[in-house]
Amino acid sequence: MESRAFDRRRWRQLPVALGLLAPSAIILGAFIVYPIVKSVFLGTERCNASGTRCVEGGWDQYTDTFRSTEFQHALWVTAKFALITVPLGLALGIGLAVLAHKHLAGVSVFRAIFSSTVATSVAVASLMWLFLLQPSVGVLSNVGWIADAFPVVKQPGLLNDPDTALWSVGLSSVWANLGFTFIIITAGLQGIPDDVYEAAALDGAGGSRRFWAITLPLLGPSLLFVLIVLTSRAFQAYGEIDLLTEGGPRPDDSTTTITYLTYGRNSIMATDLGLQATTAVLLFVVLLGLSFLQLWSLGRRVHYGD
Amino acid sequence: MAAERRPTGFRLVGRYGLLAFVAFVTLFPIYTTLVAAFKPGDKVLVNPLVPDSFTLEPLMTAWSDGHLGRYLFNSFVVAAVVTIAQVVTSLLSGYAFAMLDFPGRHVLFALFLATLLVPIEATLVVNRRTVDTLGWLNTYQGLALPFLATAFGTFLVRQALLAVPGELRDAARIDGAGHLAFLRYVALPVIVPTVGALALFSFLSSWNQYLWPNLITTEESMNTVQSGLTLLRRSSLDEPNALMAGTVIAAVPIFAALLIFQRSLVRGLTSGAVKG
Repeated sequence: MESRAFDRRRWRQLPVALGLLAPSAIILGAFIVYPIVKSVFLGTERCNASGTRCVEGGWDQYTDTFRSTEFQHALWVTAKFALITVPLGLALGIGLAVLAHKHLAGVSVFRAIFSSTVATSVAVASLMWLFLLQPSVGVLSNVGWIADAFPVVKQPGLLNDPDTALWSVGLSSVWANLGFTFIIITAGLQGIPDDVYEAAALDGAGGSRRFWAITLPLLGPSLLFVLIVLTSRAFQAYGEIDLLTEGGPRPDDSTTTITYLTYGRNSIMATDLGLQATTAVLLFVVLLGLSFLQLWSLGRRVHYGD
Repeated sequence: MAAERRPTGFRLVGRYGLLAFVAFVTLFPIYTTLVAAFKPGDKVLVNPLVPDSFTLEPLMTAWSDGHLGRYLFNSFVVAAVVTIAQVVTSLLSGYAFAMLDFPGRHVLFALFLATLLVPIEATLVVNRRTVDTLGWLNTYQGLALPFLATAFGTFLVRQALLAVPGELRDAARIDGAGHLAFLRYVALPVIVPTVGALALFSFLSSWNQYLWPNLITTEESMNTVQSGLTLLRRSSLDEPNALMAGTVIAAVPIFAALLIFQRSLVRGLTSGAVKG
């Protein structure tokens, strides 16, 4: 009897619940679920070079695109970009957080400084770095001793040299993300109780041993979160590339990542909806594994969260 | 680390030295930007590290020729609409998932979370088409529409409500119109910190959107600050001081807002990281 009454109440709450969920569900459905489903089909539309005649049902467009030199190159550039930005961003974030996690007078000023780049949007950060790195009208090339010591900053310029362009964009990206990384890892450090360190010190563990044996493992969840966010940001990087290099220098396309290949203003995809949809779906698939990791770590927090 | 003995003497000097050096490197791009933004055009590339002259001219140029006032206004309107909408939709759906028991709740919640798996860049091709079909290119509606709801916000609100004491939640077991009143007068006051963090996070992510406004804006007057900076970069490359002044103008509102709402920000960012 009781369970039936309970059931009845659950069913009675259904209309109210659906009403409350409707606004979110409609937006998420129309602008996240529908686009993905629709893209999968749009991606089969093959058009001729001028885009005047398109045929549907060309599923082989996915394999063709994936195997194309352009996509393979962009995938490789994206992977390199992630390999540059993620470890560097993570290491710098840990370093800064540990450095500023001391009971020193005035340390809060340094914390504010290290967090400050969180206030810069990708456009703001990229333009700041553009001005630093530009060969003719930039800062570094107009400081005499720097231009003398590193001729590359003037000719051809760090952003125009195929060997340094991706690193330069990566550096600007690392800088822009540093505030975020610092804040997350600092919060993680503050969650480690003091007595763990006291006990370790009593047992005679030195500074570096305490770092490797206590700090790093106990930072685990924060580091995992930062790792996932930085990696997915690397795969989705667009603004810094658009403003700093426009995917170039050409003809190597040294900084054309998957996202830039899909949306970049000079990209061969930009005018072909079917091809755009294809790379968008492939980007989704590539990022899916990463996103699952993210969701999994979110799920862990549901479990352990207070 | 807190338990460590305070460093003294050389070690103390060394630590401050290291902190100061790292702070200098971190602030360097901001410093050179500020120096350039206040230098006249003929001096900006001479000693770019030294603030040896001062003028407000680049700021005026960027403001008038770069239309940054208009773009700031556009960004503000869009971000405000997105923030209010995200807070409201997240409160409603978060409440439903936390406080109501109904058939299919777990499946629906899983579906909501699954939308977090989709990178925004993978949706924009079709979303641009949708907004185009609606005739909303170059409009505030178009800029805001795809971002009026968020599964992340729903998740945050749900987690905060689940932490609300049981007696309060039992009071929620009322029917019909009672729910909205309960949400407004009982639940909302308890989760104000979470909602504040969500609002700040929503505002920031909308304000910082780069690709979307660049994709759907073709009329100059409908740019946001971010896509406006793209235009400025393409137009004033030979005037680095005006470009940097524009960058300063674009950055100041967020720096100011974050100074005021520091605590909310840290809470908002870490709620995704450390604890629910």
